[in-house]
Amino acid sequence: MFRKVTPGDKALSFHFEGGVCSAEPGDTVALALLVAGIDSCRDSVVSGQPRGPYCLMGACFECLVVIDGVQNLQGCQVQVREGMVVTRQRGGRHALGDTLS
Amino acid sequence: MEQAEIVIVGGGLMGAALAWALAGLGHDVLVLDGGDLDPRASRANLGLVWVSDKGVGQPDYAILSRDAALHWPAFAAVIQEETGIDLQLQQPGGFNFALSEQELEQLTANMATIADQTHGELCSYEILDREEVRVRLPHIGPGVVGASFCPYDGHVNSLRLFNALHLAMTKRGVDYRPQRPVELIEPTDDGFTVSGAWGAVRARKIILAAGLGNTRLAPMVGLYAPLVRSKGQVIVTEKCRPFFPSVSGALRQTGEGSVLIGESQETHTGSLAVNHSISAVLAERAARVFPVIADLNVVRIWTGFRVKTPDGMPIYQQSETHPGAFVMLCHSGVTLTALHALEIAPQISAGVLQPRLQPFHARRLHVS
Repeated sequence: MFRKVTPGDKALSFHFEGGVCSAEPGDTVALALLVAGIDSCRDSVVSGQPRGPYCLMGACFECLVVIDGVQNLQGCQVQVREGMVVTRQRGGRHALGDTLS
Repeated sequence: MEQAEIVIVGGGLMGAALAWALAGLGHDVLVLDGGDLDPRASRANLGLVWVSDKGVGQPDYAILSRDAALHWPAFAAVIQEETGIDLQLQQPGGFNFALSEQELEQLTANMATIADQTHGELCSYEILDREEVRVRLPHIGPGVVGASFCPYDGHVNSLRLFNALHLAMTKRGVDYRPQRPVELIEPTDDGFTVSGAWGAVRARKIILAAGLGNTRLAPMVGLYAPLVRSKGQVIVTEKCRPFFPSVSGALRQTGEGSVLIGESQETHTGSLAVNHSISAVLAERAARVFPVIADLNVVRIWTGFRVKTPDGMPIYQQSETHPGAFVMLCHSGVTLTALHALEIAPQISAGVLQPRLQPFHARRLHVS
């Protein structure tokens, strides 16, 4: 699995699917999930297959998660903040709030 | 020198559909395709099967488009059967939205003109007021004053279509060769010699299906293919749950949930660069039709050049001076694909284009 080449102080904590993960300041959500051993963070819109971070540079959209209620965020483009609540992106986002859920 | 019975220049939707159908009719077909970076409308389109307001003042074109839409279910079924690829064809009917009374009057006039000019053959459209639209599409915005609705319209996954046609034609025995840009076509006693930096082949018949490249190639075999510059731009949003179960001329939601927005046309530029002042207009209008769109993230914006004649109609023609040479080009390459395969390919096979295609002869475009 993934591990940091130069581990630092894991001063931050955030929630993922009910569990608590730790992260270093400056870590992105996608990176922190991989370091925590979590390699699947969403379910494909098309097939429903579990998917996880891949390119880590904003291109592939494989690391989509829901962060503090905001859907379809690229986990590799958002830095961890203390107390952040992250959940899986399950299929396509609801563009219309609750009306289609 | 290598020989083929029919050489098709161009492996886009036009060339591939004809190749697939001609191979199915027992012909020996070789497709010479261009390079990866050649402009390729088959990879740059909205994916609409569109009839609605097409052909104002051009009733033959309106009817042709309607017939293409009617051919689609059977065509898609065979392609899916042969390839296992789901083309995501849906034909729920299409809306053109009006954001002002003036736009609604224009839509009403256009649809009435088409119905009149086709002697009622295309009369099964509806003009809907705001409330009638809202009943069918609950998520429209307050700025929508009405819409036209045409029952023939639909959409298809055009990238899968492109892929499926290539797979299907290869399965039917078509010899497909990419990276073979054609530079010269020379008539011979019994056909044509087609050549480029890669070499040369001989053909008994030749079909020019080279999109923008037809303008250069057509005169080599006594044909004429004038095109105008027309750049389109499309915005692609992130995937979201379905909110628009129909299609419109300006936007559609794909089977995977992305929203495609595009109705722009630029005539003054040869650059493929995205023009964000156009993106802004496209996005603003789309968000007035469906306010939910304003909330979506854009994941990419792309552009492409249309294959478009000065009057917008296709050119389907056999050379009078060099029989056996055909030029086939059109703007609505997705919509018309089913018709190209099921109706026009058999005519090419027989060596005679039917009178129905006469309005699409390029002589109409000659400046006298």
